[in-house]
Amino acid sequence: METVNIIISGVGGQGIILLSNVLANLALENNLDVKKSEVHGMAQRGGSVVSFVRIGEKIFSPLIPVGKGDILVSMELMESLRWIEYVKNGGTALINDYRLPPPGVAMGIEKYPEGIEEKFGEKDVKVFVKRVTNEAVKLGNPRVTNIILLGMLSRFLTFEVSSYYNAIRKSVKPQFLELNLKAFERGRELIEL
Amino acid sequence: MAAKGKEVLSGNQAIARGAYETGCQFAAAYPGTPSTEILETIAEKYGDSIYAEWSINEKVALESAAGASYAGARSLVAMKHVGLNVAADPLMTLPYTGIVGGLVIVTADDPHMHSSQNEQDNRHYAKFAKIPMLEPSDSQEAKEFTRLAFFLSEKYDTPVLIRTTTRISHGFSVVTLEDPVSPVRELRARKENAEKWTMLPSNARKRHPVVEKRLRELRELAENIEINRIEWGSEEIGFITGGVSYMYAKEAFPDASFLKLGMSYPLPERMIKEFASRVKKLYVVEELDPFWEDEIKKMGIEVTGKEIFPRCGELDPDIVYRAVRYGDVPECGTLELKRSPDLPVRPPILCPGCPHRSMFYQLNRKKYFVTGDIGCYTLGYYKPLSAMHTTLDMGASLGHGHGMFKVLPEGERKKVVSVIGDSTFMHSGMTHLLNMAYNKTKGTIIILDNRTTAMTGQQVNPATGVTLMGEQTFEIDFKSLAESFGVKHIIETNAWDMESVSRALDEAENYDGLSVIIHKGPCALLPEYRKNYQKQPMVVDPEKCSGCKICLNVNCPSLSWVEEEGYWVDKKGNKHRRKGYVVIDQLNCTGCEVCAQSCPFDAIIFPERSE
Repeated sequence: METVNIIISGVGGQGIILLSNVLANLALENNLDVKKSEVHGMAQRGGSVVSFVRIGEKIFSPLIPVGKGDILVSMELMESLRWIEYVKNGGTALINDYRLPPPGVAMGIEKYPEGIEEKFGEKDVKVFVKRVTNEAVKLGNPRVTNIILLGMLSRFLTFEVSSYYNAIRKSVKPQFLELNLKAFERGRELIEL
Repeated sequence: MAAKGKEVLSGNQAIARGAYETGCQFAAAYPGTPSTEILETIAEKYGDSIYAEWSINEKVALESAAGASYAGARSLVAMKHVGLNVAADPLMTLPYTGIVGGLVIVTADDPHMHSSQNEQDNRHYAKFAKIPMLEPSDSQEAKEFTRLAFFLSEKYDTPVLIRTTTRISHGFSVVTLEDPVSPVRELRARKENAEKWTMLPSNARKRHPVVEKRLRELRELAENIEINRIEWGSEEIGFITGGVSYMYAKEAFPDASFLKLGMSYPLPERMIKEFASRVKKLYVVEELDPFWEDEIKKMGIEVTGKEIFPRCGELDPDIVYRAVRYGDVPECGTLELKRSPDLPVRPPILCPGCPHRSMFYQLNRKKYFVTGDIGCYTLGYYKPLSAMHTTLDMGASLGHGHGMFKVLPEGERKKVVSVIGDSTFMHSGMTHLLNMAYNKTKGTIIILDNRTTAMTGQQVNPATGVTLMGEQTFEIDFKSLAESFGVKHIIETNAWDMESVSRALDEAENYDGLSVIIHKGPCALLPEYRKNYQKQPMVVDPEKCSGCKICLNVNCPSLSWVEEEGYWVDKKGNKHRRKGYVVIDQLNCTGCEVCAQSCPFDAIIFPERSE
């Protein structure tokens, strides 16, 4: 298969690392090579977080070159914009319509950016902006926002659904498995192709 | 015994796995991004066969590992790049004494300073100490090179360095697992090695030639070791590279020829000459310093390197491609620069409920000059807290303070304080405190005692009362410690009582001598906080909020401003206009009350319980 480059963006503490772990296990389930890269430490405390996941026959660089990202998954609305340069023309963006005001906005000094869908539209990127956290709350836990987004993402990848189930099973605690599988299915329903 | 198979591991997890598979028996480290997960993984997964500890600092870790190695145990130490500066003293002489059980030292460098104060290139340490350094390019190599490092260490009787960078340490890729081997060496105290291990000048003089002879043997090894390899492709372009840079160059120019250096030092001169003679244009691709480039140029080989590749920050496939194709040379190679530049930034920020917040709020309000240190509390630098004015290295806050206290005129001196976290204090601050007490310094130091090494992810330390292996131990009492150092004036504060913090600062400022303020409150991410301190979220009374924004100066991520013209009612019942009001996020507010204590209008309250 052709290498698929996935960018996951959001804010520290939103469950980005777990989502990228599931994708890494998904690659293993499908006997493919995978690299993922993210940064921990100081940047974690409420800072912008990004994880690059690359799945294919043989992966060299852990970083995705600019303009080569196939799909951007953003856990937070404006954080999607931070990585727009990395998404290829004709790529896809799956964005959680959920706002976490950055400090400047919270202080009333800066404005939260608007017109995000249009900016992706200008790049010929297919954008899906959904209120994913609301869906997660409806399922009983806002923390499964990431796995609903995974369900949405699965509609744009070619892997068997069963391999997602196995990858989720490997990555979450047993007591949360059922909830996460439900979240995955909810995500699949949110995308109509 | 773990089942064989494949797993996706980070470089750090893979190094831990490599140590396990090689029968490592002793592992020590001080937490430091991006190296921390090596010891965490060892303790969590392989704690049955490897003794693992958080040491007080990197020097302690390395000297202890050397002791374990002398006794015959395979031993590993891990640290971030600047940690090796702390451990540089034993590092420079261990090559003289040699080892018994394999001794592997992991240095995790941090190009782009994702979570560091500098981006020093620790390959220089291999050359400086005259010992071999291995540098993996992914997690599989991280595991294999760790195993190889133990064998080389024993074969050549030397400590061996493994260098990773953040993208290797925190990058995940597929690793094939193997079964562990059992330790073979007898564990005993080897008296017969006294001459080799006691570095009196008379003995050390005999050992230096051994180090030089070993280095010549290692140069020979480098020519033949399989981790240095040539991958022939087009002979138009050849790259000499290694570490994560190899992956970037390979991504950018998959058809070129490569000399991949798995061993960063010493270099294989004959192999490099052969490679150079067969390619038309030769590049050296390496992050940070022109370490290989300088070595290769000394061999008399023409090569292109830092004239086109940046010395600062990280590389990536784009930078390598553009530099080679177009000679496009950025000043700094960083990902950050390619993100959309005009968006509001998200600097890291102290967590809701953080015990440090009240101290920095008061330090700012009282206009102190604050000598600072390394930890979460370095975030006290950012606006609006704006209460940190220096940060150099672990422990420097107290040194900075001491120097300033000694030379500043009294009025100026009284407005300077030094701030250090509990873990950093134990790492490198205790000696400073003794020095200050002994040398009769007049001034104030503040120990932010949150009972954990917070910034790297809440690792345990002597203030926690638990070891890395999960054993109960004593909890250090900073008050008794300071008393035993001869400090006469010690004040303890309650981190969630802003009045106690304010009083302590005033009292210390007016004391004619050395004051130690112990600012007490557990990290808000600890279970202890959730159990004993966490309360219900607070709310802003919309009637009482004047929109003065004073509470926003406590810089809590739970608070945010809503711009909306309206009215508020003061304590006497008079109505006033306002431009907006503050709201509190009900999901992450911990009810610590620090913002409420800053509010002049008592507008921040606990909601009345509805039964």
